[in-house]
Amino acid sequence: MRGTQVAALRDGVPAGLPDILDVVAGFDEALVRGFARVGEQDAAALAALAGALAGTPLGDPVAEAAGKVTAGSVTADHLAVLAGARSALLGAAHDALLGQLDAALGRDRSPWPVTDPAATPAGPEPAGGPAAGARAWLHEVAVSGWRGVDHELLTAAGTPIETALAVPGLRRLAVLLDGLTAELRASVPVGTMPQVPARRWADLWARGMLLTQAAPPAAPGTGTVSGRLLPLGVDLHEHDTAVQAQVHAILEPADGGPPRLVRTTVGAAKVDTIVGPAVWGLLRACPVLLAALAQRRAVTVTDVALHGGDLRWDDGRARLGEPADPFATARVLLGPATAAPTAPLDRHPVAIAEPVLLEGRVVRDDDGTLTVDLDGHPVAVDTDRLPAGGPLTPDLVAAATALLGLLRWDDGWSVQPLAVLATVKKQPVEAHNGDWADGVTDARVAKAEARAGDAVAVLRERAGRLLRR
Amino acid sequence: MADADRAAWRRRSVLRVVAPARARKLAKVPFVELADGRLQGVVSSGTDIERVYVSSVTATTHAYHCSTNNNRPCGGLRGAPCKHLHALADEAVVQYGVDRVARYLRVEVDDTVATGRQVLSRMDTRHEPTPAAVVFSRFLRHLAYLELPASPAPLPELQWFPSTVAGR
Repeated sequence: MRGTQVAALRDGVPAGLPDILDVVAGFDEALVRGFARVGEQDAAALAALAGALAGTPLGDPVAEAAGKVTAGSVTADHLAVLAGARSALLGAAHDALLGQLDAALGRDRSPWPVTDPAATPAGPEPAGGPAAGARAWLHEVAVSGWRGVDHELLTAAGTPIETALAVPGLRRLAVLLDGLTAELRASVPVGTMPQVPARRWADLWARGMLLTQAAPPAAPGTGTVSGRLLPLGVDLHEHDTAVQAQVHAILEPADGGPPRLVRTTVGAAKVDTIVGPAVWGLLRACPVLLAALAQRRAVTVTDVALHGGDLRWDDGRARLGEPADPFATARVLLGPATAAPTAPLDRHPVAIAEPVLLEGRVVRDDDGTLTVDLDGHPVAVDTDRLPAGGPLTPDLVAAATALLGLLRWDDGWSVQPLAVLATVKKQPVEAHNGDWADGVTDARVAKAEARAGDAVAVLRERAGRLLRR
Repeated sequence: MADADRAAWRRRSVLRVVAPARARKLAKVPFVELADGRLQGVVSSGTDIERVYVSSVTATTHAYHCSTNNNRPCGGLRGAPCKHLHALADEAVVQYGVDRVARYLRVEVDDTVATGRQVLSRMDTRHEPTPAAVVFSRFLRHLAYLELPASPAPLPELQWFPSTVAGR
């Protein structure tokens, strides 16, 4: 990335974006108070939401839902329409921001294939289906508002989550609800919280509401692909009961087509006491991928499914290849590679995660915040996104001379580090998020891990004795 | 927090609302949680590998109980919390930190309180039998996560939940 590109990101705020975010913020504040009694301010926020969608296919249903909810008739269907309206606005924000990013970086992105909406197979989930409990719970949450969430309401989420976990097609919903309820449980009584994460919880509420409607349609343009996969870095996601490693990589198709920017993702269910480097132990079903990350090597894949930019990992169709330096991959291939579009239902600014290479000095502010300086143009470094399962620390990032990361947007642009080249005590150091994928390589951290013991083994032993009785 | 920071916080999608649990040895107390308005969990018996105790302390009333998973009362309850409840509280503090445990149980603590046992000693506790089944079934559900098959497709919602180094 160059300084001029940073300037283009900073100065080229998409037209209408601040207005969209204000409308969303109004809705989010209403959800803090709940829809049991809609006051003047929240009625105005709902009217503004309807106004923002006027003239679109969602216009009429949103206007009706906003009117009914304001008048005190709060049905799950009305709430689902409002959730859809909010999601549509943030989807538009995603598109505008990603467009701005592509223009600034000169990144080529293939368009989402146009499909006939009538041919989309996913119909609405039947009433009383497995997602009905989750929908009823989200309905209740919206009525009480975040401020009204109590132990009783949280206990009521148990059965819907258990039901959703048992249905493979509802895993996304189950994982979302598990993450949301854990935060609410830690925040009860929410009424006394000095600060409610209004945008975040409304994001999760709205996405949850959409996921209870119908299974998202499969990505069109699905096919299989063979070629050489060159990892750029790995982004780790986790909450109490789920972990996911998302590898960003360049795929060089075997048929000689242009290089493509892809993501491949593996994950596992877990429990809250499995944290830090121990999460890699849950992904052992993918030894080739873990070895490729830990040893920084390329992988040859044969006939694997590719949905848009999402390469479905299949360890049996992958073979470990030659050493491949992710920084070299980024220098040579990030420019010409074609990026993939985001699936329509996943479009939200939080989904923006674009690999970039930053070669510049890292500056540490008095308050500890880090920025990369590119020809006088600063890029904020998001040190909150350094994973517990990898070697990157704020101190190491502060010493970086080159940084491979993901460009993200969360009410502003920042870069999430995936790997750094740094100088520590005059010695060159290289560290990647995936370095510990095959086992911790840092003696101090390995010792601490050994002291804590093998959580998975202890719990499996307990499960073996107690679960099948 | 300044007003400007406060407003910015409300407009962020990705925030660390709660610190991740800290790793701890699980052999003695395989399960601890702050849920259903209680500090509750499961403590392995020191003598019988097949037996576990279900222990809990209620946040509002400070009522405690300990029994086997078959509802047989713990013999160590003699007008005061038993060693299983002490172990449960100590491990809860390791996992969540003393502040979060004290806040959930609504106990006033100062800087001298460092262990779960000390948190318990600051409470006006009383014994009140509660059924073990609710907690025990939550423990079984907890264990069942380890048996759950992985999702074959990516979970886009986990973009809201980045792994974070804070808390290590």
